[in-house]
Amino acid sequence: MTIAVFFGCSFIAFGPAFALFIFTIARDPLRVIILIAGAFFWLLSLLLSSLVWFIAMKASNDKDQQLQRGLLIFGVMFSVLLQEVFRFAYYKLLRKASDGLAALSEDERSHISVQQMAYVAGLGFGIMSGAFSMINILADSLGPGIVGIHGESQYFFLTSAFMTMAVTLLHTFWGVVFFDGCENRRWWVIAVVVALHLLVSGLTFLNPIYEGSLPPAYVILVSMAVWAFFSCGGSLQNIQQFLTCWKNDAGSEVAS
Amino acid sequence: MNTSDSEEELCNERTSLLTGSPPLSSYHVETGLPSSVDTQTKRCRPVTNQSNNRETHHEGESVERDSTADGEDEELSLKYGAKHVIMLFVPVTLCMIVVIATIKSVSFYTEKGGQLIYTPFTEDTTSVGQRLLNSILNTLIMISVIVVMTIFLVVLYKYRCYKFIHGWLILSSLMLLFWFSFLYLGEVFKTYNVAMDYPTLALVIWNFGAVGMVCIHWKGPLHLQQAYLIMISALMALVFIKYLPEWSAWVILGAISVYDLIAVLCPKGPLRMLVETAQERNEPIFPALIYSSAMIWMVGMTEQSAVQQPSHQERNSDEEVGQSHHDNTEDNRNMVVPETEVHGAQSRTSSAEELEEERGIKLGLGDFIFYSVLVGKASATASGDWNTTLACFVAILIGLCLTLLLLAIFKKALPALPISITFGLVFYFSTDNLVRPFMDNLATHQFYI
Repeated sequence: MTIAVFFGCSFIAFGPAFALFIFTIARDPLRVIILIAGAFFWLLSLLLSSLVWFIAMKASNDKDQQLQRGLLIFGVMFSVLLQEVFRFAYYKLLRKASDGLAALSEDERSHISVQQMAYVAGLGFGIMSGAFSMINILADSLGPGIVGIHGESQYFFLTSAFMTMAVTLLHTFWGVVFFDGCENRRWWVIAVVVALHLLVSGLTFLNPIYEGSLPPAYVILVSMAVWAFFSCGGSLQNIQQFLTCWKNDAGSEVAS
Repeated sequence: MNTSDSEEELCNERTSLLTGSPPLSSYHVETGLPSSVDTQTKRCRPVTNQSNNRETHHEGESVERDSTADGEDEELSLKYGAKHVIMLFVPVTLCMIVVIATIKSVSFYTEKGGQLIYTPFTEDTTSVGQRLLNSILNTLIMISVIVVMTIFLVVLYKYRCYKFIHGWLILSSLMLLFWFSFLYLGEVFKTYNVAMDYPTLALVIWNFGAVGMVCIHWKGPLHLQQAYLIMISALMALVFIKYLPEWSAWVILGAISVYDLIAVLCPKGPLRMLVETAQERNEPIFPALIYSSAMIWMVGMTEQSAVQQPSHQERNSDEEVGQSHHDNTEDNRNMVVPETEVHGAQSRTSSAEELEEERGIKLGLGDFIFYSVLVGKASATASGDWNTTLACFVAILIGLCLTLLLLAIFKKALPALPISITFGLVFYFSTDNLVRPFMDNLATHQFYI
């Protein structure tokens, strides 16, 4: 059961992100660097928000459970806001780097577009966020133990894995939409992204009532996917062309 | 358990990123580097410490190409820059993965087994102040040994004692490839309860070691050589992780980055003097103990190729046996292989494009070792476990990326340790003490941020 749970949960949590990495990022060195730098920025935001939470926790009464829970909720909200601030900071940095690269190149164009950078940066954030949430849980799932022995939910590992996958993909889509909003100066987009992030994190406060946190997170995930697709230039025509090209290629292969 | 000085490698020598030497043309610089290595190998490495110079040779991005299409050159260099960063990310990541996997599975390397002779003060003291004092004293001893060795090496280099160094390097790589890997394999078998008979083991170790010696010191496929260098770096790092007491390890890591900074950048620093002497003599600097990511076509290598053959530079000697890594061998190898194809300076300009692409990037093995020591110690001792390890890993990679960026900007030899180790240390302590309780609480309640 343990190895099966370990592999199952790790594939659920990291499968899509890993596939995205292998197929779209691994071949291009610049994208790998942007990915790792994105992970680093997320890490910085986590560090600062943990510092704030730690100070608040140490300054308050240890024994008061309600207070500690309240402080944790405050910590989560603050961390979400700080993550979005760092996402904006990363956008600024990438913009500057992209301008620099474009200025240096012959044809005044950068080799990587802002949308690609947005996607990679979002994925970097997502992978790091997912890894930090899930890795220790995965390590525990290997070892001996009983899930929910004190009456907690039996589905701890499974729901953690699904939530991690959702959060990873959400970060990717938020990255795309956020950068697009910054590029086109649509500040309401940024506000919506921040609000949705707060909402998804807030919904997790309902755990272990998983019906309250997981399905809404997935609904938001699907809508963000659609929004991100349309915001970076996708359209129904593109999908149609993609499908028909695929069919044509398949047909010609069969014929020849 | 080795309480003698065995393993102190002189990682120092190798911990730097060296770019082509500035005064000469970029191509020259590259050629220059290998020859200096040769001369360095002659130096003898004292048995005990490592103080080999840390050379950071970074050859990859010779953005100093001449000229004409400046923008294009810069752009090309940036393009090559990203590629070279990845060329270093992969081996550094592999080395760290090997070390982390071993630390997590083989308990031998996390058990207390004595200390090296260079860190004589124990950390099993009653008070915190005493422990701190002992670790600082240990660090002072270790760093002074390294400084002495490096200066000794520079002096030897100036007086051209090449054969001795070469012999020393061969001896140390023998020790590393045979003895240490035998011990490592023994511990792995003990962990997984594998029954292995001595004849089979002897055959395996013999093959592993002999092929390693050939690959590192002579010729071999590039990837095999790189793999061997990664393996010996990982072995050295594991030895350090086992035998350095906890607080001493952190203070030593910090002190070594400061030393690296001083030695490579200060005008009178030993490593800088080494680089400059090598440039004056138009010789390559210490190919040994340097991981090279690609074959480098060096103009003018032909005349030096013969010289380079036998030598392998510096190795940081282990304490115990005075082994040291051979980065050199790698470089030598790289240089030897394409040497027949190098035609001379004239062909350079014509094959400039190819040269650009063939050019790899070099990082000292000492850098690999200390990065892996940091990450290995983080995974061995942190209570935050995997989060801390992951944070240190990302921090080191970002530090390496920044260092390479600085290299592309400044185009001269740079120390590879300071930025990465600083980031690594900052992230280790802050993740272990601040982030871990936060994430643990979040995970318990299944809150997601």
